[in-house]
Amino acid sequence: MTDTISFQLNGKPTRIKVDGNRLLLWVLRTDLGLTGPKYGCGQGHCGCCTVLVNNVAWRSCLMSVSSVKDKDVVTIEGLEQDGRLHPVQKAFMAHDALQCGFCIPGQVLNAVSLLTKNPQPTREQIVQGMNNNFCRCGAHTRIVDAIQSAAAEMRGGPAQ
Amino acid sequence: MNTNDYLALNFKDIKDYSDLYPQSRRDFLKRLGGGIIVCVVMSGVLAAQAQETRRFRGFGRGLPSDFNAFLRIGEDGRVTGYTGKIEMGQGPITSLPQMLAEELDTPLDTVDIVMGDTDLCPWDMGTFGSMTTRMFGPALQAAAAEAKAVLLELAAESLKIPPAQLVAKDGAIFDKEKPEHRVTYGELTKGKKIERHIEGKPPLKDPAQFTVIGQPELHRDGRAKVTGAAHYAGDIRLPGMFYAKILRPPAHNATLKNVDTTPAQKIPGVQVVQQDNLIAVLHEFPDVAEAALAQIKAEFDVPEAKVDDKTIFDYLLRVAPSANVLASGGDLEAGRKLAVKTIETTYLDPYVAHAPMETHTALAQIEDGKATVWASTQNPFGAQQEIARALGFPTEQVRVITPFVGGGFGGKTYNQQAVEAAQLAKITGKPVQVMWSREEEFFFDTFQPAAIVKISSGVDASGKMAFWDYNVYYAGDRGSQQFYTVPNHRTSGHGRGWQGSEHPFRTGAWRAPGNNTNTFARESQIDQMAAAAGIDPVAFRLNNLSDEKMIRVLKTAAETFGWTPAKAPSQRGYGVACGIDAGTYVAAIAEVAVNTKTGAVQVKRVACAQDMGLVVNPEGAKIQMEGCITMGLGYALTEEIHFQGRKVLDTNFDTYEIPRYAWVPKMDTVILDARDQPPQGGGEPAIVLMGALMANAIHDATGARLCQLPMTPDRVKAAIQKV
Repeated sequence: MTDTISFQLNGKPTRIKVDGNRLLLWVLRTDLGLTGPKYGCGQGHCGCCTVLVNNVAWRSCLMSVSSVKDKDVVTIEGLEQDGRLHPVQKAFMAHDALQCGFCIPGQVLNAVSLLTKNPQPTREQIVQGMNNNFCRCGAHTRIVDAIQSAAAEMRGGPAQ
Repeated sequence: MNTNDYLALNFKDIKDYSDLYPQSRRDFLKRLGGGIIVCVVMSGVLAAQAQETRRFRGFGRGLPSDFNAFLRIGEDGRVTGYTGKIEMGQGPITSLPQMLAEELDTPLDTVDIVMGDTDLCPWDMGTFGSMTTRMFGPALQAAAAEAKAVLLELAAESLKIPPAQLVAKDGAIFDKEKPEHRVTYGELTKGKKIERHIEGKPPLKDPAQFTVIGQPELHRDGRAKVTGAAHYAGDIRLPGMFYAKILRPPAHNATLKNVDTTPAQKIPGVQVVQQDNLIAVLHEFPDVAEAALAQIKAEFDVPEAKVDDKTIFDYLLRVAPSANVLASGGDLEAGRKLAVKTIETTYLDPYVAHAPMETHTALAQIEDGKATVWASTQNPFGAQQEIARALGFPTEQVRVITPFVGGGFGGKTYNQQAVEAAQLAKITGKPVQVMWSREEEFFFDTFQPAAIVKISSGVDASGKMAFWDYNVYYAGDRGSQQFYTVPNHRTSGHGRGWQGSEHPFRTGAWRAPGNNTNTFARESQIDQMAAAAGIDPVAFRLNNLSDEKMIRVLKTAAETFGWTPAKAPSQRGYGVACGIDAGTYVAAIAEVAVNTKTGAVQVKRVACAQDMGLVVNPEGAKIQMEGCITMGLGYALTEEIHFQGRKVLDTNFDTYEIPRYAWVPKMDTVILDARDQPPQGGGEPAIVLMGALMANAIHDATGARLCQLPMTPDRVKAAIQKV
């Protein structure tokens, strides 16, 4: 069954004709050509497919595309604004908080969501907030450092 | 391999490239245009590589007839290195350009690297065994030194200054007396096509003069990876491509009884392929293909289950091949008599999954009789051969391109998914992507083999090891070599590591293959002897070590941690372990807290020191140490494949738990300065410690000795109750 679904995608109004029951992850990756969200487990365990929906991190492998109707969806490709990286992206680079990089789009977007909810998280709150995003290479510690540093920068303080 | 072998360069006098390169590579060289091209054949290192190939993979390929390192300086002065190695997070995309920039005296940002493309890059055995820097690195450095010699000759002609008076720096060559007399690499190479070279060994730089090697550099692929611009095999899209989902059996060795694909065929846009045992559904959307696959009705005959994850160790011991003595010395019986305490232990290690976040993925396209396959692989040239064989194509009619790889850990040295994509592309005439589901990844993974180590050892009245009788089953010999001083010893291996046919499914190389098992057993046993002798475990080790390098590494770890001597169990939760892997010496000390009610283990901090010889990118090397420590917590504490016969019961991360943020300890990593020594491995060594490190710390905290991995809360609780 084909539906017409309209939503904001990376800041642009988007309208697609699609079976509304299809999963957002595959519609983004194939129909819309945004391959930033990755398939890692298909069951919402790992967080590689994370996208922002109305500024909150969601697992796109579990969501139907119809569920984002009239909402604001941001993938990793849309986080950069006017050629300027988001502070979280910059901090991941500065802390070398990545190895193979496959989980990184999801990690970055989950961190952005976390900092939106809690701009001044403690280290423990970051660990708890990130705990359901998996990384097999073991970049965890550096990612936590990066998020602390990004939080400081976003609050207007000096980046750590 | 000693340093001389390592640098034994054999520069062939290359008169005609067509003798050396396959057709496709010859075309490539023509397309390259002008500049300087340098190819290197290194006989010494190649021989060592071939030897390691046989050792690690059980098969060998003859020495390649062409070069194994290759670089070009373009007419714009930019340097491009070509390597069959691939980037999967371990960092050669940064460290190899550092080596080129160093030897060529050019800024790092003028150096590019092309990786894992079988048409463009020199043959390579695969990216595993921590061999990129220590084995491929010198070849690349030699090519760079050769290129610099050519540049110096050109500059001498151009500036009319004797070469001895010239200095190379920042991509330019100038008169050391009058620096304004200078010429850039781009100016030197412009309009030229130079394919000459200098006989003999090129003068490599003295490590004391290094300015790029040894400097910490951020991952060069960082920006691409934080913006989503980094493409993995599954992100490559071609016009008209199809996504395939393949019918799988419920267990290994199951046979298809009957199948009905008609319900899938009724779904609009779905194409069903049925050829021999390959049954697949294809669609322009992967999720629709997956839904169609679920419509296929299939019945399989599943072989009767004979073993499971509980009975496997008894079974493996029952069918174990006889002993092959790997090392021996002294007199074991005499040693037994000397011992005042004797300890006999059996250590068990289960099947463990690689579980990279990116599942095995490939996209294949066949055009004009040539297959191009983008694959997530650690072994592009191996994939090329596997695909060529499956398609019946000559090898040069298969090109494997390796985009970024989303983790490998040894699991992506086999390329079944690339073969499947190529077969389906050939059958359908369309570009086809195969991206394994997480369930398929767990099913087809080549697990770390279940293994057993039996040790009988004793300590004499002075706290010295009196004898050591070591038997390892199925893990292989990597890491079984005893580096403590023990006069009476024997080390025996049973079975061929992961190549054994005794396992219910395929097994393979898992990060530092064999060494995780061997180091878990050895370092646990050493701790048991220290405890039996009533000696602090660090002091006991130092008392039984004569290898200065290991002594230095262990002392550094102890100082970094702030170790104070105490007999175990001290209730502090401190553990220590030492190991050697891929030429690197490593030691770590950990502090854990054990919840005695639940058996849960929380690791508070780990101090880790290693001597890895010359370090190209210290930041990258530290990241690898952190990664090893973090990943190693998984096999130490939770990771274990559950199975019934040939059916794998773990299908996703709900039951197969990998390390998470809340597990990660504070880490202090130290790399000892050894820049006068050849570079050693960095991607694997520290992980070998984690089993024993945790076991020893848990013992120190609770008095409970765990001899089976993983040390799950249930097992820890049960062991505590026995104390």
